[in-house]
Amino acid sequence: MIDVVTAVVWLAGSVFALLAAVGVLRMPDVFTRMQASTKASTLGLGCLLIGAALQMGDFASFIRVVSIGAFVLLTTPVAGHVIARASYFAEVPLWTGTVLDERQRDTQRESQNNNSIDK
Amino acid sequence: MLDIVTQVTLVTLGLALLIAFIRLVKGPTLPDRIVAMDLFGVLVVGLIVILAAWSGVRATLDAALVIALIGFLSTVAYATYVERGDPQ
Repeated sequence: MIDVVTAVVWLAGSVFALLAAVGVLRMPDVFTRMQASTKASTLGLGCLLIGAALQMGDFASFIRVVSIGAFVLLTTPVAGHVIARASYFAEVPLWTGTVLDERQRDTQRESQNNNSIDK
Repeated sequence: MLDIVTQVTLVTLGLALLIAFIRLVKGPTLPDRIVAMDLFGVLVVGLIVILAAWSGVRATLDAALVIALIGFLSTVAYATYVERGDPQ
């Protein structure tokens, strides 16, 4: 029974990891690539970790697996945010099909308001 | 049965590593390569965890934890480098 659950969870996890890699290869710009990689790889690694914890079954390895999972779950969003922020300020080109850039819109509005105050 | 599943899983993860490597080589900008390297770290952690569960060598789990830590730190360091530019 444990073997069957482990097999299903491992297959699901590896498929999610593969999807993350395909997303990183196929998506059109840095930001979409980053979101494909962070979400799918977190889910895939979570599945793999659950399977490994079931398979090993002793307390010491369970603690290690849980700490790896908690660490990855906490740090992946932070890493994604830092990459996105850095590449936006480094003026990496957005995809040509982008419909909304809220930050650019807000900074334009702000500069217009400042100009009207100056007059 | 679990042996076959483990081999299929390892091959799938290897394929994912290969695809991420294509993006690492192609990536038009530096942030693309950082994203690929970040994915590399997560995939390698998955590989190590599966190998530890399959072979029964528990000590490799510590290596997986260290690789996850280094992957996060290197991603943040590279992102800081991209944001601040090259200090001349």
